[in-house]
Amino acid sequence: MAEVLVYVDHVDGAVRKPTLELLTLARRIGEPVAVALGNGAADTAAVLAEHGAVKVLTHDASEYADYLVVPKVDALQAAHEAVSPAAVLVPSSAEGKEIAARLALRIGSGIITDAVDLEAGGEGPVATQSVFAASFTTKSRVSKGTPVITVKPNSAAVEAAPAAGTVEALAVTFSEKATGTKVTARTPRESTGRPELTEAAIVVSGGRGVNGAENFSIIEALADSLGAAVGASRAAVDAGWYPHTNQVGQTGKSVSPQLYIANGISGAIQHRAGMQTSKTIVAVNKDAEAPIFELVDYGVVGDLFDVVPQLTDEIKARKG
Amino acid sequence: MSLRIVVTVKYVPDATGDRHFADDLTVDRDDVDGLLSELDEYAVEQALQIAEDADDAEVTVLTVGPEDAKDALRKALSMGADKAIHVEDDDLHGTDAIGTSLVLAKAIEKAGFDLVVSGMASTDGTMGVVPALVAERLGVPQVTLLSEVSVEDGVVKGRRDGDAASEQLEASLPAIVSVTDQSGEARYPSFKGIMAAKKKPVESWDLSDLDIEAEEVGLEGAFTTVEAANERPARTAGTIVKDEGEGGKQLAEFLASQKFI
Ligand SMILES: Cc1cc2nc3c(=O)[nH]c(=O)nc-3n(C[C@H](O)[C@H](O)[C@H](O)COP(=O)(O)OP(=O)(O)OC[C@H]3O[C@@H](n4cnc5c(N)ncnc54)[C@H](O)[C@@H]3O)c2cc1C
Ligand SMILES: Nc1ncnc2c1ncn2[C@@H]1O[C@H](COP(=O)(O)O)[C@@H](O)[C@H]1O
Repeated sequence: MAEVLVYVDHVDGAVRKPTLELLTLARRIGEPVAVALGNGAADTAAVLAEHGAVKVLTHDASEYADYLVVPKVDALQAAHEAVSPAAVLVPSSAEGKEIAARLALRIGSGIITDAVDLEAGGEGPVATQSVFAASFTTKSRVSKGTPVITVKPNSAAVEAAPAAGTVEALAVTFSEKATGTKVTARTPRESTGRPELTEAAIVVSGGRGVNGAENFSIIEALADSLGAAVGASRAAVDAGWYPHTNQVGQTGKSVSPQLYIANGISGAIQHRAGMQTSKTIVAVNKDAEAPIFELVDYGVVGDLFDVVPQLTDEIKARKG
Repeated sequence: MSLRIVVTVKYVPDATGDRHFADDLTVDRDDVDGLLSELDEYAVEQALQIAEDADDAEVTVLTVGPEDAKDALRKALSMGADKAIHVEDDDLHGTDAIGTSLVLAKAIEKAGFDLVVSGMASTDGTMGVVPALVAERLGVPQVTLLSEVSVEDGVVKGRRDGDAASEQLEASLPAIVSVTDQSGEARYPSFKGIMAAKKKPVESWDLSDLDIEAEEVGLEGAFTTVEAANERPARTAGTIVKDEGEGGKQLAEFLASQKFI
């Protein structure tokens, strides 16, 4: 059976959920071979094996942390040469897309970014994408070379599928260009204790209607009652009420949770672009004409300062 | 010596218009009004600021696109760029990201550059990969997705706010940077700027000027094939209630019925 390379996104050995989703998709095409790089690479093997990796290629070097993108491209190219896979799958983060694109160019392949689904096809894997702010769905495939495809978080279920997960050292020679862009300082993002925005099953967002940084505690309280991540519209972020890392939309994160609750958000096209593929959409907005209501499964026309706290209390009461 | 800055800008269909696909499954660029991608305005802005801080600099805006893409160049010129290059060729229709990066890289080399400034992503394709691809082709450092950027003594520095961390980056020129919409609001063209733009030079290049064969680009040269494009079925109309004191409770009832509580 053909092998499929899966690029592992991990933080010091802790594998992030989108990579496990990739393993599910990879198994539809062939046998997943994972590539884990940098500090803690070998620690990823157990969880990858549990989710279907037949092999885990690892390599650690300071270059991965000290220089931007290119060392990882060099390593993935080495893995591609070692394995001759049927496809290369990479999580669709900003960095993942850059790594995937440069790899595709080097190996003479095409690239598809931001797939939301993947199936095996007669002429290679077929990727589903959601385009024009999710108003269209396309099916595409790479027609030249080894398909390189980046896949968005929440595109497949994480499934246990125990496999050997044999760890092998990957031999990597860094290219001359690997040290071109130096990372001179790194400040890790502080954890809020809430789920990762792109990975969360439920996202609760606030917009301009929240009307102030201090009022975001109402949004956070609702999120916490549901075990949800907190999102924000660009208007709320630009006003300085909530960090940019929480922005949902075209120039923020793209989310596709089971449930999205928009509070005081009008539903501009750029916001929709980041949340329209959510399974169930709920909105609270005092303007009955707000475009967000075109998307909702359930909407409440009302003041969020009345509706949201009541909702939070009711959820807490029901959960006991 | 003068700092040569090339800004790559894309002409895109208006996102607030009714965007759709043409019969050959390429983005329809005829039926929807186009404009300079809003995300590339940030690139023009940062290029102008870098140029203003340098002793001597020249800002060239470069686009690969159809006839109407000249509008995007005009806008950038009216913001303050010095000159423009328009790569236009019928054979470019249907070019994908890999092909676009080839055309851009050849044009950037021909123009001559110390620094390339790009946007974070185009608002139609939204891939966010072209700057990385151009870096790979030109063999220069990529310093991408910056929310802050500066150039001093032949070194470009910037801050990249990533998923897991915020990073300070640094590279020697020549290099390519891309900037995000967090880098600072783009200026509006002044009346004077708009008048001045009319007299600024716009060069037109075609594929032969760049030694690119027709087969390398366009639909034929594309490395990817779109097999189907379907309009997403309209979401079935949801239930909308007006809050008359019980809105929160009603919403909770809905969430419970969907097993979210
Ligand atoms: C290139 C580009 C990229 C962009 N990227 C993004 C992006 O990534 N994400 C994004 O979100 N936007 C993005 N935008 C901005 C987008 O166009 C909108 O401006 C933005 O989404 C508006 O945010 P909002 O809905 O919070 O604010 P508004 O549009 O001002 O809406 C506020 C809503 O709150 C309601 N409201 C007010 N008070 C209350 C109350 N007490 N109770 C209930 N409801 C209330 C109002 O009725 C209104 O509908 C982008 C724009 C551009 C040009
Ligand atoms: N046809 C084009 N002409 C000029 N610049 C482009 C073109 N396509 C993409 N770019 C540049 O590359 C950036 C990222 O585009 P993309 O990878 O398509 O999302 C854009 O913000 C532009 O700066």
